[in-house]
Amino acid sequence: MALTEADVDHVAKLARLEITPEERTRYRGQLNAILDHAAGLTGLDLSQVPPTAHILPLNNVWRMDSVCPSLPREEVLANAPDKAKGCFRVPKIIE
Amino acid sequence: MKPYDLTLTQAAQSLAKRELSSVELTESFLKRIEALEPSLHAFVTVDAEGALKAAHIADERRAQGGAGPLLGLPLALKDNLSTRGLRTTCSSKMLESYVPPFDATVVKALRAAGAVVLGKTNLDEFAMGSSTENSAFGVTHNPWDPTRVPGGSSGGSAAAVAAGFCLAALGSDTGGSIRQPASLCGVVGLKPTYGRVSRFGLVAFASSLDQIGPMARNVTDAATLSQVIDGHDAMDSTSVESAVPDYAAALKAGVKGLRIGLPKEYFVDGLDPQVAEAVRSAVAALEKMGATVHAVSLPHTEHCLSVYYLLATAEASSNLARFDGVRYGFRAAAASLVPQYMKTRAQGFGPEVKRRIMLGTYALSSGYYDAYYKRAQQVRTLIARDFDEAFKTVDVIATPTAPTTAFRIGEKADDPMTMYLSDIFTISVNLAGVPAISLPCGFDKAGLPIGLQLIGRAFEESTLFSAAYAYEQGQTWKDKRPQNLGPAL
Repeated sequence: MALTEADVDHVAKLARLEITPEERTRYRGQLNAILDHAAGLTGLDLSQVPPTAHILPLNNVWRMDSVCPSLPREEVLANAPDKAKGCFRVPKIIE
Repeated sequence: MKPYDLTLTQAAQSLAKRELSSVELTESFLKRIEALEPSLHAFVTVDAEGALKAAHIADERRAQGGAGPLLGLPLALKDNLSTRGLRTTCSSKMLESYVPPFDATVVKALRAAGAVVLGKTNLDEFAMGSSTENSAFGVTHNPWDPTRVPGGSSGGSAAAVAAGFCLAALGSDTGGSIRQPASLCGVVGLKPTYGRVSRFGLVAFASSLDQIGPMARNVTDAATLSQVIDGHDAMDSTSVESAVPDYAAALKAGVKGLRIGLPKEYFVDGLDPQVAEAVRSAVAALEKMGATVHAVSLPHTEHCLSVYYLLATAEASSNLARFDGVRYGFRAAAASLVPQYMKTRAQGFGPEVKRRIMLGTYALSSGYYDAYYKRAQQVRTLIARDFDEAFKTVDVIATPTAPTTAFRIGEKADDPMTMYLSDIFTISVNLAGVPAISLPCGFDKAGLPIGLQLIGRAFEESTLFSAAYAYEQGQTWKDKRPQNLGPAL
């Protein structure tokens, strides 16, 4: 199941990462080395083994749906790279 | 003895007896940091002003009869722990000027106990690495030999404690990031049971594996920190409502009748013979004190690295999706939104972070989810069961913390797989969710520290503390300090 350059491009797009051609080649090699190592998992009989998503037996941790103070707007916007009219400003999304 | 040479326990006693003020103690550390930081680079941010302010307040509090387990004691925090008003970078360009509007729960707890925060320590970017070489702001040097790494990802915290830049520090551990640098820097480091310490305010790497823990000069100091930070938190739905034992009371329990397991899969080729020898001696010392030693097996050990590098990267790819340049952090210029995301993330993240995001994205992607991610989750079940099985016949498991002592800066930087193997003894513990402690058990011929790892059952940190304390008290390792760090102060 070796990664092709097209696979690397596809994954980079999913991850919203722009990569250079040199990076595409380098990541392909490095990711394949890691996946080769992971091939050792294919030999195991896992037919009766449930997956562990979470190591603790915790399920549906609830709290009361009560309103408490939110962060003040100035604090929310304090780290904004660009802001206007009390909002985060970003480049055009829709044409 | 200079104030910066004191252990946390000694400093607390000294402050209580009014022999020393928090301001004097804090100034002692700040002066030492000013002189020696340029050559070690343990910190990303030193907050001298904030630290002295907190020290003043602590002295006033004490004068008015106030108390607290950490009152007036200077500590350092790994720079992936959110500190309100103090920049928190995760050693990434992505967050170089990010200032959190809130304190992590553990930071709140430290402050409530009266601690003084000296600054934020260096790490591998977003906690991804085993050497601190992946920091976007320069590598930290090992105080025992500055041509070598301190380990990672909590390398800055480990180096700061070892070099006497703070009384103790907090680190975080996802695959060994507290324990391995503790081992390479000759200090004590504990990863608690998953769920024992709130992760609220810890910048997430792998949510089912991350834990925050203490790094200190000795077991008593580490236990003091654990007592303050452990506990359920309503802000972290993965934290557990398990009562926190009195760790100080547990320290002197001794090891009579303690059953220690040595897993055969951990004593194999690739393990430095000097490390193996030091660990075996340490176990023999515990046996002389009344423990019994048994062979155990953790049969799925060989799959731990693969499982970790599929699960942790998958979780990371999800956790790091929030870094998009919109609301905070670095933003690259672009004409429309998606290119802004792509350029921001390409320029803001370093190569190791990008590599792991891509691997994780691939493992979760349509067509590969079952073969990689789900399969890794199933093998995780088997790994956890290995520990359950072993803990039927033993109470703690003893292993080396790392396969070697500190390696040279640059030595493993070119091959990710070689770097990943540094975590081979620590990773299984995060997958199983159990606690583990690393403590010094010797030095190799080059004078580099060797670490012993003790692994315990879930929520049995007390047993780890008492076993570690018993061993430590029979040795002199905790009193050794790196020499020749710089001019005498």
